[in-house]
Amino acid sequence: MSRRPLVREVPPTTWYFRQPRYMRYMSREITSIFVGAYCMFLVVGLQRLAAGPSAWEGFLQALTSPASIVFQFLALVAAVYHAATWFNATQKAMPVQIGEDFVPGNVISGAHYVAWAVLSVVILHLAGVF
Amino acid sequence: MAKSNKPVVWFPFAAGGTVIAFFIPVIVVLTLMAALGHVPAGLSYERMHAFATCGLGKLVIFGVVALSLWSSAHRLRCTCYDFGLRADTLAATVLYIAALAASLVVALALLKI
Repeated sequence: MSRRPLVREVPPTTWYFRQPRYMRYMSREITSIFVGAYCMFLVVGLQRLAAGPSAWEGFLQALTSPASIVFQFLALVAAVYHAATWFNATQKAMPVQIGEDFVPGNVISGAHYVAWAVLSVVILHLAGVF
Repeated sequence: MAKSNKPVVWFPFAAGGTVIAFFIPVIVVLTLMAALGHVPAGLSYERMHAFATCGLGKLVIFGVVALSLWSSAHRLRCTCYDFGLRADTLAATVLYIAALAASLVVALALLKI
């Protein structure tokens, strides 16, 4: 069964300029480009790690190029934006019911933020940052 | 019962979205520090190699990277559609195959370490 055709014509490439809400949706969509590119960058890094000490040193050296710094800064902004919006959505995606009442949404999202902070601090500590 | 391939695509997507949210920002912070010349001690070859040598380390690395890749592929597919690319089957095929191929590269690299 095919869908009924749209009554109104929707411009396929510019529809999101119509409303701030669509723009916010699209700004979240765009983070996937940077996060996806960063994942491929991680694959390259692991491949360099497997290739031996000199390859790994070369990889760390290549990180210091201006293009790499700009890319990673953009990836950081995208990753943090993705994380924040993801945790904000958890209260809608998986509401928790205890007895008759639902746990307040802020508690669910808040618990994710706390877990995120703790996990990040633990990983930074394990990586020897402090 | 209606058959659908959606759960197969969706489970790794949701898992990957959570993994990205929890892990990728702090990993970017670490590589950004290295990029700015303050290489964290944990990113030295010895420490990274030791982590990737133990079974648990391999599992963590593969889990984080493979799930993140799959989730990103699925999100990029939706992003392509939203920007007006209507060739969804093509986008899905290219992106999912890229994610699987990259995961395979990670698996082979980890097995080599």
